[in-house]
Amino acid sequence: MIRLEKRPQPSRAFSLATPVLAVLATMFFGGLLFAALGKDPLVAIKTIFWDPLFGEFAFFYRPQLLIKGAPLVLIAIGLSLGFKAGIWNIGAEGQYIMGALFGAAVGLAFYPAQSVFIFPLMVLAGAFGGWIWAMIPALLKVRFGTNEILVSLMLVYVAEQFLASMSLGLLKNPEGFGFPGSRNLQQYESAFNADIIEGSGMHWGVVAAFIAVILAYVLLTKHRLGFAIRVTGEAPRAARFSGVNPARLVLFCLGMSGLLAGLAGLFEVSGPAGQVTIDFNVGYGFTAIIVAFLGRLHPVGILLAGLLMALTYIGGDIAQSNLGLPAAAIQVFQGMLLFFLLALDMFTNYRLRFGRGEVA
Amino acid sequence: MKFGKLLAGATLALGLATSAYADGHEKTKVGFVFVGPIGDGGWTYEHNKGREAVEAEFGDAVETVYVENVAEGPDSERVMTQMALDGADLIFTTSFGYMDPTINVAKKFPDVKFEHATGYKRADNVSTYSARFYEGRAIQGHIAGSMTKSNIIGYIGSYPIPEVIRGINSAFIHARKVNPDVQFKIVWAYTWFDPAKEADAAKVLIEQGADVILQHTDSTAPQAAAQEAGNVITFGQASDMSQYAPMPRVSSIIDDWAPYYIARTKAVMDGTWESTDTWDGIGAGMVGIGEISDAVPADVKEQALAMKAALADGSYHAFTGPLKKQDGSDFLAEGETADDGTLAGMNFYVEGLEGDIPQ
Repeated sequence: MIRLEKRPQPSRAFSLATPVLAVLATMFFGGLLFAALGKDPLVAIKTIFWDPLFGEFAFFYRPQLLIKGAPLVLIAIGLSLGFKAGIWNIGAEGQYIMGALFGAAVGLAFYPAQSVFIFPLMVLAGAFGGWIWAMIPALLKVRFGTNEILVSLMLVYVAEQFLASMSLGLLKNPEGFGFPGSRNLQQYESAFNADIIEGSGMHWGVVAAFIAVILAYVLLTKHRLGFAIRVTGEAPRAARFSGVNPARLVLFCLGMSGLLAGLAGLFEVSGPAGQVTIDFNVGYGFTAIIVAFLGRLHPVGILLAGLLMALTYIGGDIAQSNLGLPAAAIQVFQGMLLFFLLALDMFTNYRLRFGRGEVA
Repeated sequence: MKFGKLLAGATLALGLATSAYADGHEKTKVGFVFVGPIGDGGWTYEHNKGREAVEAEFGDAVETVYVENVAEGPDSERVMTQMALDGADLIFTTSFGYMDPTINVAKKFPDVKFEHATGYKRADNVSTYSARFYEGRAIQGHIAGSMTKSNIIGYIGSYPIPEVIRGINSAFIHARKVNPDVQFKIVWAYTWFDPAKEADAAKVLIEQGADVILQHTDSTAPQAAAQEAGNVITFGQASDMSQYAPMPRVSSIIDDWAPYYIARTKAVMDGTWESTDTWDGIGAGMVGIGEISDAVPADVKEQALAMKAALADGSYHAFTGPLKKQDGSDFLAEGETADDGTLAGMNFYVEGLEGDIPQ
């Protein structure tokens, strides 16, 4: 007989080993899947995990890893603050869109003037856009006790409508022959979030993501506010007794996650994407939720998880092109990774007991 | 420009590698970037059939690669770059949103040829191509206007871009011609491919009394919704969707990219490839009309086929005056036909259509 027994203390060793085991399990079962599709499993695994990092064209893929990973990390860091305290912002995708719209609108308003002040202004506007969009569920929760999960999620769809309206109307490129989409900010020097070192993938969004990781780490380990967040998540009553103001915490956590999501949107629209278009958002706000949990809500974990997700996306596309693997198989593969992580995660808190159960 | 140099170095290395093999055995590599899954049954499905036709035509002389479900934006730019790095000679990018990424990547790989579908930006190594789907819409409008009993025709739009607006206008003009009481109800789905959203849109339109559903989205979900409702007719979009014939699907617009893809691949092989802008219709075979099923009355079918023949030989243009714009101002005078520039950037409804184009 096998049964699960709660560990007296969460196992630190298992907590660290889980991600590695999960990746190995995914490689094994994913390999079986690829073999069933008639592809060499070893080649497929190598294409996904090895080639982007150390393959022939790694000089191109490594920067891409930063470009793909930065928005995920930036958003996930913000979300993790709230998640730790039991405040659930599910609408980062919407805040990401609003950040991009606010920031791009400021940039486009100055077109074609050139000035070094334009980009910083855009950054401020992007942060503000994400923050104000997150303030809607925050204020509604604090004032009327509404459920922030529902409100923030529904506001994603409102933001998407705004995005469509902006790309078709107000922000439409006047020289675009009636096609939707704004001017391309990559061709507007003052507004272009270019690589700081050409070809490195290091645009300001990547820098911001790294800074966010460090600040979040300091906040959670050294600051009173970080303590309040942790206590509220673990023991809400105790938090109240120790003088934590729950309303203020809701405003801070939702506001901060909105702000970071807005920044991610601004850096994306002014850099890699370049344009406000109807389907500018590609789901970073939702994927970041997975990244936050994958990284165990720990800043460093999130950084690694974001890069791992980016790796599977990039490697997955290479595998499609070079090996003819269908996109669906890659998605199943990514799903496996998350499944094994969460499943194995259980063993951090529980352990397997073989043989007869002890008499109570 | 470190990155540019690196890339140039890589392409140079590849160029050297290719010339080393240039004894007649080197394959021409053709890449395809798809916006949806190849099993969408519509737009991407047909592009993939074109890819397969290229393989069938040239056999071992070509190698084709593709990536499906590629989001428009930085992801598509990465996929194109990857294909170019991996030695593609020709890359077809098959969605409007790939326009700026295509131009960006083309700049870095001057020796690779690019073909962008439905866009308007070209370069020395970037061609554009599209099909005159609106010709097919004219035939659909004629059949729809003739067959509707409720006089309400539902239209599922994807994005309010000129290509889609052109289709709506063309269908409406020809539906009104045979049935002055006909009305269009338009739903914007803001997606090219989302079966759930498309099915919802179809259901809403049917509930509002539409007994014809036209779609400018790529999945077969609206067909399934119409089949379930019964007594509603539909048209296959981008692909024949003949699994829904004879009812609800009574005909279809088929995008046939195969001849174009074969010709362009041949041009790259022969070294005669040049940057061009291609906009072909029924006449050139880029737009096909799927078999008109027996659910369509014989006389309507005959008229539809006559219109198809006239569109094909150029004796009839789908936008022929007199036509007015929705706001009542003049669009085309008696006998005048719309020029390609106007059609390419069409951002207004013709007179009689209700509602506004979303802004």
